[in-house]
Amino acid sequence: MAVGLTWNVYDANTMTQAEIYGKVLCRLGEENTDIVGLSADLAKSTKIGEFAAMFPDRFFNAGVAEQNMFGMAAGLAKAGLIPFVSTMAVFTTMRAAEQVRTDICYQNLNVKIIATHGGISFGQAGTTHQCTEDIAITRAMANMTVIVPADGIECANAVRACLDINGPVYIRIGRGFEPNCYTTDAYGFEIGKAVEMNPGTDITLICCGITVLQALEAARDLEKSAGISARVINMHTLKPLDGEIIRKAVAETRRIITFEDHNIYGGLGSAVAEVIAEYGKSCAFARVGLPDCFSLVGYPEDLYSHYKLDADGIIEKVKEVMGKDFEDDDSWEDGF
Amino acid sequence: MPITDQELRELRGHAKQLRKDIIDVTFWAGGAHIGGALSLVEIMILLYYKYLHIDPDHPDMPERDRFILSKGHAGVGFAPMLARRGYFDFELLKDFNKFNSPFGMHLDGNKVKGADVSTGSLGHGLSMAVGMALGARLKGRSWRTYCVLGDGECNEGSVWEAAMAAAHYKTTNLITFVDRNKYSVDGPTETVMGIEPLGDKWRAFGFIVKEVDGHSYAALSQAIEEAQAETKAPVVIIAHTIKGKGVDFMEDDVRWHYGGLDSDKIVEAKRYIETAVIG
Repeated sequence: MAVGLTWNVYDANTMTQAEIYGKVLCRLGEENTDIVGLSADLAKSTKIGEFAAMFPDRFFNAGVAEQNMFGMAAGLAKAGLIPFVSTMAVFTTMRAAEQVRTDICYQNLNVKIIATHGGISFGQAGTTHQCTEDIAITRAMANMTVIVPADGIECANAVRACLDINGPVYIRIGRGFEPNCYTTDAYGFEIGKAVEMNPGTDITLICCGITVLQALEAARDLEKSAGISARVINMHTLKPLDGEIIRKAVAETRRIITFEDHNIYGGLGSAVAEVIAEYGKSCAFARVGLPDCFSLVGYPEDLYSHYKLDADGIIEKVKEVMGKDFEDDDSWEDGF
Repeated sequence: MPITDQELRELRGHAKQLRKDIIDVTFWAGGAHIGGALSLVEIMILLYYKYLHIDPDHPDMPERDRFILSKGHAGVGFAPMLARRGYFDFELLKDFNKFNSPFGMHLDGNKVKGADVSTGSLGHGLSMAVGMALGARLKGRSWRTYCVLGDGECNEGSVWEAAMAAAHYKTTNLITFVDRNKYSVDGPTETVMGIEPLGDKWRAFGFIVKEVDGHSYAALSQAIEEAQAETKAPVVIIAHTIKGKGVDFMEDDVRWHYGGLDSDKIVEAKRYIETAVIG
């Protein structure tokens, strides 16, 4: 699957997720002439402009008109093409929510949406350009696959892998330079299958997007400074969710915290909570994200620090949850 | 090619049948958007029996023309026409709106043979049509896309986003209709939210506009053939129609935007349909 991506691994250290997406899409465009690109006057900032420059006849700028863009993408898919559509996450999932849901998901069309500026990654732009609701919205759309890559390397893998699905896929990436947590693309990326990034027995940190790297740093520090063994899971696919890895974490670590650049309602935390609740095993649990508020304005690193989504915040939260009580029932062989 | 007398007789026959079918399906469905389905009959019949390159035995034929009923509320007219045209058994429509039926009020393209897309939410069809037209061009195909909008639908901003794109990309392989029956749910379009001067609006967006009597086969036919030959800009045919056309007590009466029928009303409606000569 990931043939020819090695160049990315080298370049990924100096490129943003979006830049990597642009390059991978160009490569895919060479391999598959059915791929077309669309943007709504954001070809440059979403980096789909690289594809536009390479394949001008296969790129359609919709102008500042997202609803029409997603409708056109549906029509292009109906005509047998494979549209990759890119604009900011906020305009994708809210301005054009109904077109994404009704034209694309309801008809189960082969449209790939790579939404940029997810979460508070464009924090300085304020609430109008931040997007802390998109995971909740896209997760509730039937037929949609939802992916939040942890870094540029995983973004490359996800953009390539989404072609294996004959249906709508939503890939949410950030805006700026998110440092890599992977050093190679050959780690067995598979849509719907989470990755254990760090083994651990005391607590499990389930993350997606930018929080994966922060949790890895936190886990290293916790091990060294406090002797806490924290498992880190990269839940890159929000739908379909890897329930098995969550149930395993409940059984083996009995403490779980989710970290996400999203409102704590409806996103990763909610998705994980659903699995835990249906599992029926007690577990100390906490969700960290935007606590049902619109974010402050600021540079992302300052905001991540403020909302406890950086390594320091994660360490603080782990220590808190390590002290949390839960019903400690040892008779787990009860037939679940 | 102008319509021959023989064709005219056949088209009128199909239209009469469709109007009676709309009455029956409305009854089976327990109510439907009957007024806006009746206003569309001549447009639909002319497209499906004369102009669309289709093969009901091969509904997915790649070279078929595409049709998008953007005013998906008129599904009660679209479904029986597809049945009579040979896409599926007319008797299936007795389950219209019923549990697990493939036929809901707004047709699902994944479930109904012959329906190229799913519609129902107004303001979506023209965007999809533009995408299809661009797709056909990109793939070097000669099939055309036909799209029918409602006049009330033209209140939707997304219609004008799509219009802007169609003109910008010069999708002359797309032919758009507006069923100008003068009413939306709440009343006359010009009272609820005025859309006039509608022709000027489309012209300003870069379309070639043809305004015709939407119940005249001759006028519609001429407009369609001119639109097919047009190479400079996309064409919109504003079809001036009468809501509820063909059933005297429904014509121009907004109460029949959506309605149900009892057995007496069915008899009365069909009696009028039998006697009226339209188009």
